[in-house]
Amino acid sequence: MNGIRLQVTDLRRDFNRRPVFQGISFALDAPGSLAVTGLNGAGKSTLIKVLAGAIGPTTGTVAYQRAGVPIEIDALRHELGFVSPYLNLYDEFSAEENLRLLSRIRSGNEPASVTIERRMKQVNLWNRRHDDVGTFSSGMKQRLKYAFALLHEPTVLMLDEPTSNLDAEGIAVVEAIVAEQKERGILIVATNDESEAAWCTARVHLSGSGGNKR
Amino acid sequence: MSTIARTWALVVKDARSELRTRYAMNALVMFVITSVATILFAMREDQASPELLAGMYWVVVFFSSMSGLSRIFVSEEEKGTALALQLIASPKVVYVGKLLFNCGLTLLLTLAVTVLYLIVFPGFVVASFDIFAVTWLLGSLGLASAATIIAAIIARANTRGTLYPVLSFPVLIPLLMTVMRSTIRALAGESFENAFGEFQVLFSYLLVMTGGSYLLFEHVWKD
Repeated sequence: MNGIRLQVTDLRRDFNRRPVFQGISFALDAPGSLAVTGLNGAGKSTLIKVLAGAIGPTTGTVAYQRAGVPIEIDALRHELGFVSPYLNLYDEFSAEENLRLLSRIRSGNEPASVTIERRMKQVNLWNRRHDDVGTFSSGMKQRLKYAFALLHEPTVLMLDEPTSNLDAEGIAVVEAIVAEQKERGILIVATNDESEAAWCTARVHLSGSGGNKR
Repeated sequence: MSTIARTWALVVKDARSELRTRYAMNALVMFVITSVATILFAMREDQASPELLAGMYWVVVFFSSMSGLSRIFVSEEEKGTALALQLIASPKVVYVGKLLFNCGLTLLLTLAVTVLYLIVFPGFVVASFDIFAVTWLLGSLGLASAATIIAAIIARANTRGTLYPVLSFPVLIPLLMTVMRSTIRALAGESFENAFGEFQVLFSYLLVMTGGSYLLFEHVWKD
């Protein structure tokens, strides 16, 4: 077990001085999984971005720790994978170039070619690795995001609308990734699809009026 | 070492992206050519004074940079790739990487404007090369530094096209006034020591703008 723990305390995020959500507190230990549910506009995507450190909370804290030792946000970037419909990769680069360039920005090093090959084969894009992402369908782009998110073997994986744009084959790939992640570390899924929420053992429901229940 | 490697990787990514999409380059080149051509048409046979030429030189540089330098952040927002950067790189790596790229682009822009001016305006003769070289370097870097943080600020605004020059102008006035004075000295053939006061202002501007931006950037980038 990698022993990573996510501790969220009294989290609140405002937009235009209106709370999107507030009073969110929970703890999640690896291996563990959490579904963030709620209607459209309830703040699922905002919450998952705050948990990923992409945006800051208005008040409250998000803390990651291993064996009681806090993990700094810079170190967390090496442990975090994130997939969402609104996260885009670079259309002007090929699929493989995207993975290599973004890995170099993340860690200063390129991943091993065998790692890239394994991840691209996992999402069935190996044969299209030299094609520009701009030529990809939305489903292929979504698969590439999974390769990008998993390339560095993250201990924390966050998925927002995980099967968006995917066909049956793509959904099967995602289900396999989810099963693997639940064994390896922390999985957080933001969704309003009950079948996707059922992948997880815990749940935070956002009511959409700034409150929530667990 | 790793931070330097990560920052350089971002510069390489932006340079490669720019070479393929020419987001900023096309805007910069078109503005330089059209503005210099317009000045030529307006002047016809008239000989402009060194003061006027120095002023017009920096007017062309200012408006050209306003049309191109914001792309460094605006294109990330428009393409939806900013979130990927937020997830993989620290704000400091992003700021320094983007600043370095804009510095390179601005130095190339001012170099191109200089060469064009030397070719098309007979009155634009650099008599004090050393003053001009230092002005070119410090002026370009100061412009790039201010343009980078303002680009980050306006990237998420809806009216970013008009907001950029409007917000940049008051911030850049001290820089523009100083580089114009210094350029006039270079065209007039004054000695290097005479421009020392301007160099101190330009160097201070660069330090204050870059240091302040470095501290401010994380709040701009994450919220």
